[in-house]
Amino acid sequence: MQVTNEEILRGLAEIVNEVAGVETSEITPEKSFVDELDIDSLSMVEIAVQVEDRFGVKVPDDVLANLKTVGDAVDYVAKTT
Amino acid sequence: MMTEVVITGLGATTPLGGDVASTWDALRAGKSGVVALTEDWVERFDLPVRIAAKLAVDPADSLPRVQARRWDRCEQVAVIAAREAWRHAGTPEVEPERLAVVIGTGIGGALTLLGQDDLLENAGMRKVSPLTIPMLMPNGPAAHVGLDLGARGGVHAPVAACASGAEALAIAWRMLRAGEVDVVVAGGAEACIIPITLAGFAQMRAMSTRNDEPERASRPFDIARDGFVLGEGAGVMVLERAGFAAARGAARHGRLAGVGTSSDGHHITAPEPEGIGAGRAISTALRTAGLAKSDIGHVNAHATATPVGDVAEAAAIRTAIGDHAVVTAPKGALGHLLGAAGAVESLACVLAMRDGVVPPTLNLEDLDPRVQLDVVTGSAREVELHAAVNDSFGFGGHNVALVFTSA
Repeated sequence: MQVTNEEILRGLAEIVNEVAGVETSEITPEKSFVDELDIDSLSMVEIAVQVEDRFGVKVPDDVLANLKTVGDAVDYVAKTT
Repeated sequence: MMTEVVITGLGATTPLGGDVASTWDALRAGKSGVVALTEDWVERFDLPVRIAAKLAVDPADSLPRVQARRWDRCEQVAVIAAREAWRHAGTPEVEPERLAVVIGTGIGGALTLLGQDDLLENAGMRKVSPLTIPMLMPNGPAAHVGLDLGARGGVHAPVAACASGAEALAIAWRMLRAGEVDVVVAGGAEACIIPITLAGFAQMRAMSTRNDEPERASRPFDIARDGFVLGEGAGVMVLERAGFAAARGAARHGRLAGVGTSSDGHHITAPEPEGIGAGRAISTALRTAGLAKSDIGHVNAHATATPVGDVAEAAAIRTAIGDHAVVTAPKGALGHLLGAAGAVESLACVLAMRDGVVPPTLNLEDLDPRVQLDVVTGSAREVELHAAVNDSFGFGGHNVALVFTSA
């Protein structure tokens, strides 16, 4: 079953909120994880593990390093599922 | 003239209360923080010890959710106590480079280590948190307090088992006397009421097994004592160079006038039975404070309620101070907070002098005849105090004595 980008964004926002405490309304596609949402590299690892579990995708380290914005992550999940 | 070290802030979270005021009130009133453990693992492992002194207020309840999940419980209590002490000190304006933190712990992040090991075993490598190491490292409590206060003058984490918190205060005193910094936030933190610590201490036969009477289990200096009761918590002081505190108009709550440390060189866990090393630490503390035995009006004893340790300490106190000082052993009420004990009990020393009141030693009903000291029992005793000693000893043969004087 294909998940929509909106569903991915909503799920990702819940994960980021759970891990880093950022309000889900703040988590929009253009936002940068590090510079704008103030998420550190340790939290990014936690987020990646939860994304893998939730969406059934693999997020290798070299991919994770290139997921700069929320939109990057949504696009990666969308094309990998 | 030597730099004086003054105390400008106190903070704590303990089995008797979530802050200094509630802890001190309960200690004076002779209340116990010891409770029966109801966790399922008590039965599952058939633990011989089924009591502990748990925190009165769950630290996670007073922290934002994300901080609570990123900090081990021993780090949580350290930050909570440090924030209270910092507020109490009037949030000193000090250059970050002139502010240091010294917070000791005996065990560190054992809850995290075991929890993450369970995840590794049961769910695999991927489930292990990337925060595992910063949550289990024993310098974690000090480092988090340092980050919270923006300290850049050094962050230190002395590890000396049950003397860690007292050793932290001793190191702070040395840093201030040497003029390295102007302000030090110092103390101890511990939170390890888990099956492995209970099992390990129980296998040493170091713990009370008076499971049917939790409140009566911790019996320092009592003839029927049968070991210590494990507790958790944190105590933190803000210490300053007297000149710096005076210049900013800070209220002083007492002085850390002298410190003494020694090592037994005897056995990895057993105290030297004559209390020679412990006595040497006390004598050194008096000497560095420039005080005579007769100046000391009060001793807050380490007395954990183990059969050997209490008698050795009593001998040390008699030799190094005499039998005139009014003694109390707060572990009867607080349990043994391990690396936080020396710090929390030092706070009690300072408050005893401030209020002219020595709290009772809980459960001391029949004084061991080998303890030839004036130990307060029953209810608190009013007595005017100008100088007091806090003793702390740790596995490994660590002895720390601190001399506090009134403001």
